[in-house]
Amino acid sequence: MAQVSIRKVVKAYEGNVQAVKGIDLEIADEEFVVLVGPSGCGKSTTLRMVAGLEEITSGEIWIGGDVVNDVPPRDRDIAMVFQNYALYPHMSVFDNMAFGLKLRKFPKDEIKRRVDEAARILDIQALLERKPKALSGGQRQRVAMGRAIVRNPKVFLFDEPLSNLDAKLRVQMRTEIKKVHQTIPTTTVYVTHDQVEAMTLADRVVVMNHGVIEQVGPPQELYHNPATRFVAGFIGSPAMNFLPVRVLDDGGLKVELANGVKLAVPPQRVDRYGPYKGRQMTLGLRPEHLTEIRDTEKPNVVRIDCMVDVVEPMGMETLVHFFIDGEPVCARIDPVTHSAPNEVLPLAADLNNMHLIDNESGKVV
Amino acid sequence: MADGTSISANLAAPARAAMAPPSGMRKFMRRRSTIAVLMAMPLILLIAGLVIWPAIYAIWLSMLNKRMTQFVGLGNYAFLLKRNTFQLVIFQSCLFAVTAVILKALLGFIVAHLMHNIPGKNQRIWRGLLLVPWVIPLALSTLSWWWLFDPSYSAFNWILNSLGFQSVPWLGVGWNARFAVIAVNVWFGTPFFMIMYLAALKSVPEQLYEAAAIDGAGPVQKLLHVTLPMMRNIIAITVLFSLIVTFADFDIVRILTAGGPQDMTHLFATYAFSVGIQSGDIPLGASVSLFMLPILAVAAFFVLRGVTRRTQEIAA
Amino acid sequence: MSSTTATAGAVAQARRTSLHRQRAWTLKASYAVLTLMVVFFLVPPFYMVMTSLKSSAEISAQQGNPWIVQHPTLANFAELIANSNFQTFFVNSVIVTVLVVVISMSISVLAAFSLTRMGFWGSQTLATGVFLTYLIPASLLFIPLFQIIGKLGLINSFWCLVLLYPTLAVPFCTWIMIGYFSSIPRELDEAALIDGAGYMQMLLRIFIPVAMPGIIAATIFAFTASWGAFLYPLAYLYTTDQMVLTVGIVSDLIRGDVFQWGKIMAGCVLAAVPPVLIYAFLMDYYIAGLTAGATKG
Repeated sequence: MAQVSIRKVVKAYEGNVQAVKGIDLEIADEEFVVLVGPSGCGKSTTLRMVAGLEEITSGEIWIGGDVVNDVPPRDRDIAMVFQNYALYPHMSVFDNMAFGLKLRKFPKDEIKRRVDEAARILDIQALLERKPKALSGGQRQRVAMGRAIVRNPKVFLFDEPLSNLDAKLRVQMRTEIKKVHQTIPTTTVYVTHDQVEAMTLADRVVVMNHGVIEQVGPPQELYHNPATRFVAGFIGSPAMNFLPVRVLDDGGLKVELANGVKLAVPPQRVDRYGPYKGRQMTLGLRPEHLTEIRDTEKPNVVRIDCMVDVVEPMGMETLVHFFIDGEPVCARIDPVTHSAPNEVLPLAADLNNMHLIDNESGKVV
Repeated sequence: MADGTSISANLAAPARAAMAPPSGMRKFMRRRSTIAVLMAMPLILLIAGLVIWPAIYAIWLSMLNKRMTQFVGLGNYAFLLKRNTFQLVIFQSCLFAVTAVILKALLGFIVAHLMHNIPGKNQRIWRGLLLVPWVIPLALSTLSWWWLFDPSYSAFNWILNSLGFQSVPWLGVGWNARFAVIAVNVWFGTPFFMIMYLAALKSVPEQLYEAAAIDGAGPVQKLLHVTLPMMRNIIAITVLFSLIVTFADFDIVRILTAGGPQDMTHLFATYAFSVGIQSGDIPLGASVSLFMLPILAVAAFFVLRGVTRRTQEIAA
Repeated sequence: MSSTTATAGAVAQARRTSLHRQRAWTLKASYAVLTLMVVFFLVPPFYMVMTSLKSSAEISAQQGNPWIVQHPTLANFAELIANSNFQTFFVNSVIVTVLVVVISMSISVLAAFSLTRMGFWGSQTLATGVFLTYLIPASLLFIPLFQIIGKLGLINSFWCLVLLYPTLAVPFCTWIMIGYFSSIPRELDEAALIDGAGYMQMLLRIFIPVAMPGIIAATIFAFTASWGAFLYPLAYLYTTDQMVLTVGIVSDLIRGDVFQWGKIMAGCVLAAVPPVLIYAFLMDYYIAGLTAGATKG
């Protein structure tokens, strides 16, 4: 039983700089939560406050039913995996994993049993006698995870654990981490700046920006129903296209692009967007909802012609970049569709998946 | 049920936190500070008791009369400045320090460069040989220099004689003795310069030289425009540091000449020793030592400026 | 067409050989000058060893080349080792040095750990102060220290050296250790904290093992400083039972005008053996420790 609760937590540094501005987050037992956001958004600070490495300015952090504000890290029953692994360079892999248990005066055979078990899970049995220096980046990462696993803690904390790995290993270790969590379900708080990691690993993703939580939710929800412009732009790659529009009633509710093109709002959204009639808003549309024109036309899919600027073939898809009245726009089209720079390409915009953002509040309406 | 317990815990917690003001975490942080001070305490005591206190005490001592019964203000300083021997000491200390440091810096630079030229696998053995002067305790190697300069047995004079020259009274004539003292200091101090410069040379990235070569720089231009600018900081620190150490040198002169002939090789340290310890005029000896302070302070100021970067790495 | 390429090739080759020749010449010149320097540097130790192998008779006879020993003998060494005064000096030196190294290293390591990792009000000033202390030479303070030592009743007792030598060693040792400790990534402390280590455990089980090269460098420095120091023992010790090697060799072996040069040099050789051995094995650590801070900036 180890829920983690973060209640109205503030972290202020000297000079009254607030790194975390009063956040609330409830993490259920055995849940895998990923904190994601750009650097400086307060995600690492939040994690370090949970770990006890940073003092909490105000608010409370609960781990498994106890307030831990005043508990030093060693007594919080947590384990942490660091970005640069933080393996003790003078100890063998075995000793690295055993160190925390030795300090807690576990009996020798219990230590050995736990280390062997963790090594089996992580497939590093053959490396136990080696020093960290003799390990590859991926192996070091496994040892760092092993060090966390053997402790059998209430909570796992990961601080950008994959950032130092190359792209291929990162994907592999990502799967590995997910597998470990499935094998040993433990409450996990994972910090990353990589939204792909966040989406693939998390039960719930917490998007942070400027010290506040923008949105919390399962990956799919964040992707399809972002709450704010920040989340809409942060989640998804290539990023969502944002276009300035005006909402107007011109024989049905429509949004007008800056170049004068008017797009009809799908009927199921008319009630939602109606109140914003006459306002300047931002239209958000993901690149995959801006495609080549397909045979089977769905309702609410409208045609937009574009003058192609750059074509990026990715293999399974092709990205087409162009401008609408000075705003850069990206579309994802089928590679078989012919497209070339400086040619006109007709595209289909799927307005069923449109988002409309209030410019003042930054909220998706 | 689970909710119920969690709520009651929830209510209890703020009360608990409020009632025990020095919270655990804060106590933990404060304890950390206390432990930190305790750990640094031996160092603080050592510096305060055996460096700062003696330094203040020295200033007090230097203002007493010989029997230490009367306060004479700056009388000792005035007395010293008027004395011929002390004027010689000032001159010799400066001559000794400046000449020796320049020679050491030059020789060290040349040797470091030559070392940098030769293949890496040979460097170790050569470096080992070149560091020998630095490894033997100075007092002992100065003894062997003394023996080499011995008036009747000098092995140098044997070489001169067999080449058809006259014997040289190495330590018997003022300027000869000054030369000998400087030579021994250069002999002892050059390896330190070489080590520092060699490390600095190795830290200059090879690409810079390659870029310079492609830009058409010759060896001299590489030296002037790449090596020297890159080493400027370390050269300055090494020179200033050596200036302090050389200026305050004691061992060489004490063993080689004991200040003679006719006080023509005395330095501040050796003169302070002979006045303060041997002749028992503690206050006067203290004043002699303290004359070093201004020069040391200026050098120390510049050294410090060069190394502040290091202190900035330390947690506040 | 073919002729031009041929000439170009020849020119290139000529240039290559001249470049090659130039390099070879530079290398030879380097070795030549280095050899000269080595000769200059090795003259005194060489002559020290030669003299130590000569009998008194051979030295005073002044027959032939003084640079070469004609009838090598170990008599000087044998007599010295049997000499109870020399034994005393050596034992005193060892006691003083061992104690000073242990004391200095304890002070420095604790202080460096505290300054780099824990921090307290004024720790940065203290770090600067430590470095300043290193720049204060022994010859500036030996006279007031004479008075202080006198009041403590430690004049003519080698215990005064145990008290004073740390002032020579600690500042630089602390400085070396600060350099090494601050190069240890902070995550390592945090990992240890989470693993349940207290500050002492962190220091003993993580920092000291990881900074071992720095510990070795600082230890060598402390050893060198206390083994070779000359001014303090010369100023504060005057009876043979309290003297250490550096002053003992001179005072005991020079009786009036009689210089027993063979024995003096043998004494120097014996006294130089421990540092030479240490440097022979651990030179690389020492140099790394010494130059690490300097080249970083």
